[in-house]
Amino acid sequence: MLLKKSAQRAAGLLFFTLILLFLICASIVFGYTNTSWKMAVDSFLAYNGSNEHIILQTVRLPRALIAASVGASLAVAGVIMQTLTKNPLASPSVFGINAGAGFAVVLAVTLFSVNSLTAYSWLAFTGAAAASFGVYAIGSLGREGLTPMKLTLAGAAVAALFSSLTQGLLVLNEAALDQVLFWLAGSVQGRKLEMLKSVFPYLAAGWILSFVLAGKLNLLSMGDDVARGLGVQVGLVKGIAALSVILLAGGAVAVSGPIAFVGIIIPHITRAIAGIDHRWVIPYSAVMGAILLLLADIAARYIIMPQEVPVGVMTALIGTPFFIFIARKGFNSK
Amino acid sequence: MREKKYSSVRVLKGTVSFLIDRKALLTLITLGLTAVLLFLFSTGVGQMYISPWNVLKALTGAGSSFEETVIFSLRLPRILTALFVGIALAVAGGILQGMIRNPLASPDIIGLTNGASLAVVSFLAVFSDSDNSLTVSIGWLPAAAFLGASATAFIVYLLSWNNGMSPVRLVLIGIGISTLLQAGTTLMMILGPIYRASQANIWITGSVNGSKWMDVQILVPVVVVLVLAAITQARNINVQELGEDAAASAGSRIQVQRMIMLLVSTALTGTAVAFAGGIGFVGLMAPHIARRLVGGAYGALLPVAAVTGAILVLAADLIGRTLFAPLEIPAGVFTASIGAPYFIYLLYKTRNSQ
Repeated sequence: MLLKKSAQRAAGLLFFTLILLFLICASIVFGYTNTSWKMAVDSFLAYNGSNEHIILQTVRLPRALIAASVGASLAVAGVIMQTLTKNPLASPSVFGINAGAGFAVVLAVTLFSVNSLTAYSWLAFTGAAAASFGVYAIGSLGREGLTPMKLTLAGAAVAALFSSLTQGLLVLNEAALDQVLFWLAGSVQGRKLEMLKSVFPYLAAGWILSFVLAGKLNLLSMGDDVARGLGVQVGLVKGIAALSVILLAGGAVAVSGPIAFVGIIIPHITRAIAGIDHRWVIPYSAVMGAILLLLADIAARYIIMPQEVPVGVMTALIGTPFFIFIARKGFNSK
Repeated sequence: MREKKYSSVRVLKGTVSFLIDRKALLTLITLGLTAVLLFLFSTGVGQMYISPWNVLKALTGAGSSFEETVIFSLRLPRILTALFVGIALAVAGGILQGMIRNPLASPDIIGLTNGASLAVVSFLAVFSDSDNSLTVSIGWLPAAAFLGASATAFIVYLLSWNNGMSPVRLVLIGIGISTLLQAGTTLMMILGPIYRASQANIWITGSVNGSKWMDVQILVPVVVVLVLAAITQARNINVQELGEDAAASAGSRIQVQRMIMLLVSTALTGTAVAFAGGIGFVGLMAPHIARRLVGGAYGALLPVAAVTGAILVLAADLIGRTLFAPLEIPAGVFTASIGAPYFIYLLYKTRNSQ
């Protein structure tokens, strides 16, 4: 880990938060339509209804806020999943979140010809919640309750099942493929602020729950028996942790569609920087996740202008080299 | 786990001797028979139905010449491809799970399938001219896929080498590289011509449609050799599963063995992907199904996983071409819809044993 003392970690967190704020502003200012920093400030203070001001307020601002909240939520959900399953390869998608959301949306599009983004977002949330409750229930079968192994296996099986059903529906109905392909690729573009507003309470609840749980997660990561010996109500903590994953990742997929990578990679990067104490890992992950998604979203506008690259593609392009560097370095010093 | 009953086998005056777990043998025989029946049935089903008995007669050369033509020139290549692709993927997954000691490990997760996908998409994009026709023969596609998978394995291995190779680092780097490759694939599909995108998409989902005898002639010997190689490694995998230190003190040459296992696994995946595309689920789940059926000793697990994989892909292909006939649905769509419910059932049945 790079930062060892609490003071260093606090300073680091502050530093990354400043970067985050700067990136939010940058995300509002940079893009296809030429706008300046001054224009951006004006659009808040003296809105004049010009083209640029409309774009800043109705396109760029929601996009920046959505990218930040989705990135933060996915990263925190990833941290919790990796602790809950004691598996460094776990991510919210192991809970069946993305597969469930995708299936619900595709099913509704093929059967009921739904085609508004707002409807997608509620469908996605419902599908994600249903799939993850299913995974949780299957994983908790048996005398010992929820074990990491059973959770991991149940999740992988359910996720595979839902994504194959989705593929099947799409093969049968090519028109639906056209309609939902852009949603399935995952993007923060073209979303209205209302969509964020409607899921924001869930995301916020997820953040608060995970911050509150941080100390307990530290104990849980030492193993169920140790945690129980130290007075943790293991079943309850796992249940709440699972709930916050559903809120965070379900809310995120509802707004932006499935975006992979952030949930699986950011926790590793964070742990390499700030150690394994969840009280630091969770806030760090939130900030780093938001930074990665904002950065990816800004870059996505420029790479093949005037077209846009799906943001999920950009997160991988930006994040991977950094991640490989950290993975090699982190394991070197061990 | 229940107590196991073993029978000992000695061949060549005890030069070769091993124990056979009776229950595992029974399971293997049952599964093997299921696979054979499925094979006969699947060969008979199609636009023209041929009964399994007649299929058997045709295969032994006693059937009508018309049926023989249909079976030998049309159906058999495809079904053999499905069979051996299933075996290859399942064994590859089993080896990786033992070596990496992680239940989520599979050929997909360390990027082999994604490497092959990127190679195929690039192949289609680079070698198509302005009229959307390919400038080189499509027969080179499997070669491109194999090359992609091997190159990925090489890069992942190289990047995770650091005074020896640790499985955790291998997997983490694999995930990173595989997402990067996936991003590359998406990018190629967006930038390339749209007609190629849909062709590539079917390939990525995984299908054994259109297999030829030429493919089978390459696929079958390669898979047979590699699976035999894998089975000779079974003991080493058992030891590796105990953990690095235990394996080292039991006298294993850990790094050499890991390299062999990775090599076998890559070659199996690369071959399967080259001929059938990215059929998902089999590599991940067939070993788990086998583990739930016969326990974790690799001598029993690998063969059972292989047969399970074969059944999965055979059944998926059968459903894919009959359910919505004449529309063909790629087998990759169905592998999970058959396998996942069964796996969840097994998970439920064995919920208290761990």
